[in-house]
Amino acid sequence: MALLEVTNLGISFGGLRAVDEFNLQIEKGELYGLIGPNGAGKTTVFNMLTGIYKPTDGKIFLDGNDITGKKTADINKSGVARTFQNIRLFGDQSVLDNVKIGLHNSFEYSTFSGIFRLPKFFATEKEMDKKALEILSVFGLDKEADILASNLPYGKQRELEIARALATEPQLLLLDEPAAGMNPNETRDLMNTIALIRKEFGVTILLIEHDMKLVSGICEKLTVLNFGRVLSQGETSAVLNDPEVIKAYLGE
Amino acid sequence: MKNLNKSTQKLIISILVIVVLYIVMAVMESTGNLSSLMSGLLVPVCAYSLVAIGLNLCVGYLGELSLGHAGFMCVGAFTSAFFSKAYANTIPDVPRFILALLIGTFFAALFGFLIAIPVLRLSGDYLAIVTLAFGEIIKNVINVLYVGIDSNGLHVSMKDMMSLGLEPDGTLLVNGAQGITGTPRQATFLIGVLLVIFALVVTFNFVNSRTGRAVKAIRDNQIAAETVGLPITKYKLIAFTISAAIAGVGGVLYAHNINSLTATTNNFGYNMSIMILVYVVLGGIGNFSGSLIATVVLTMLPEMLRGLSNYRMLIYSIVLIALMLFNWAPDILKFRADHGLTSKTILGKIKKTKEVQ
Repeated sequence: MALLEVTNLGISFGGLRAVDEFNLQIEKGELYGLIGPNGAGKTTVFNMLTGIYKPTDGKIFLDGNDITGKKTADINKSGVARTFQNIRLFGDQSVLDNVKIGLHNSFEYSTFSGIFRLPKFFATEKEMDKKALEILSVFGLDKEADILASNLPYGKQRELEIARALATEPQLLLLDEPAAGMNPNETRDLMNTIALIRKEFGVTILLIEHDMKLVSGICEKLTVLNFGRVLSQGETSAVLNDPEVIKAYLGE
Repeated sequence: MKNLNKSTQKLIISILVIVVLYIVMAVMESTGNLSSLMSGLLVPVCAYSLVAIGLNLCVGYLGELSLGHAGFMCVGAFTSAFFSKAYANTIPDVPRFILALLIGTFFAALFGFLIAIPVLRLSGDYLAIVTLAFGEIIKNVINVLYVGIDSNGLHVSMKDMMSLGLEPDGTLLVNGAQGITGTPRQATFLIGVLLVIFALVVTFNFVNSRTGRAVKAIRDNQIAAETVGLPITKYKLIAFTISAAIAGVGGVLYAHNINSLTATTNNFGYNMSIMILVYVVLGGIGNFSGSLIATVVLTMLPEMLRGLSNYRMLIYSIVLIALMLFNWAPDILKFRADHGLTSKTILGKIKKTKEVQ
């Protein structure tokens, strides 16, 4: 069974049909790309998958469970984490705390033991610190653990956002334009990082991307969206040679 | 971790400063160097500080503007005063005051919780307006509330004293707009200072705990907080309830410092809510020690200027404007940064001169 199965997904904003009859199947362990021109509806699909928008039609199944229209927090608990195109970090908190917020649901002690600093507080906080530093070290961010998240350079902010998403222990990781605003060197580093986290954390990844080099370099399968509809779908090389896709991207 | 150690240091310094201030004031009071006006202000300053700490938790960490915290103070004040008066002759002083403290805190927290359920669905200006209204409603309901007790039990009315139908042996506990009179005056400066320190430690521990991190995450970016699986409503409710409870503690302290407790615009109405908000904003949003300093200065100032009679409110407002400009105006902030007049650089200079010596 596919890890993520989306059938006939659609959403309308008033009279605008932003996404229509969107179908997608992602197998466990795959690295899947979602591409398309600006305004094609890629981020809207992500917002529906994570419950930020409620789809008008269609169903979303994660590992066989229906997650359509559930609350964002519950969808995260059932195993979907994401990053954002315009980075959304908890800027006024340290890098370490950002990851610890991602760990929030994996560790627990009551508000009461937090306020009165009972032994459970110290024990759990210590474990959380250790686990958070472990995740940060995968990205080489462990040395910056005490810096405010908003003071990190741009590329590292993107990596921290991925680290925070991974801390929630997702089965499926959604990356919204992870290479946006990066120079070629940073993009190459990012490709390595994505390959690394796929190996280390064993997550399935769906990513939105404009950078064709990145897409053709790492994605095994692609879906191309145009004006809210699927233009082409399948193995990366086949999709990129599809005349319809070339037409949408380069014109006739 | 390092950040936490640094902020723990700051907390310890604040507590030390409070203790030193307490000792200075206590010595001055016992040697008769403090005017009766000033010594009468010592407990109210502690009460306002508590409400300011509570409101700062709401504004600075939950990121929501509440204009109704005087209402929670009012709930804490009246429920605890009611309890103290009703059991004035049956429970010994010390356990009664502790119970009154717990009861006032509990009811303020309960009201905070109940009000937060509908109110936290709103945000920004709407939240401010609705909390303002709730504060006024609480005050006005208390103003028409008559409660008496006699051999038949408790009598409650919202019309007038007569409709209570008290037996001749009954006592009137809450007398409408005249409020509660004859509450035992048990709040001392020492109790006030201890409660302020306790509230400081509790809020500090709260904002640096797992729950506090979640609250700050929701403030920083609600959508991101949802996508990492945080239940938004739950944490907003927890933070708002704690904030109301601390304001309630302030109310208990306030009520046990005066003989006759009434709910007027000046002590529990929007005037007070706005004044507390002024303390919080001028002391620095999210900065608990800052709110304490602002509360002490701005409560003491009008009394110290009393000799100037009509001009004192004028001077008070000029000081307010000056403080606001000093802390927030971009041009002045730039000037201070250029001339090394920020709190950071000043502290650095003090350190350096110490090292040289």
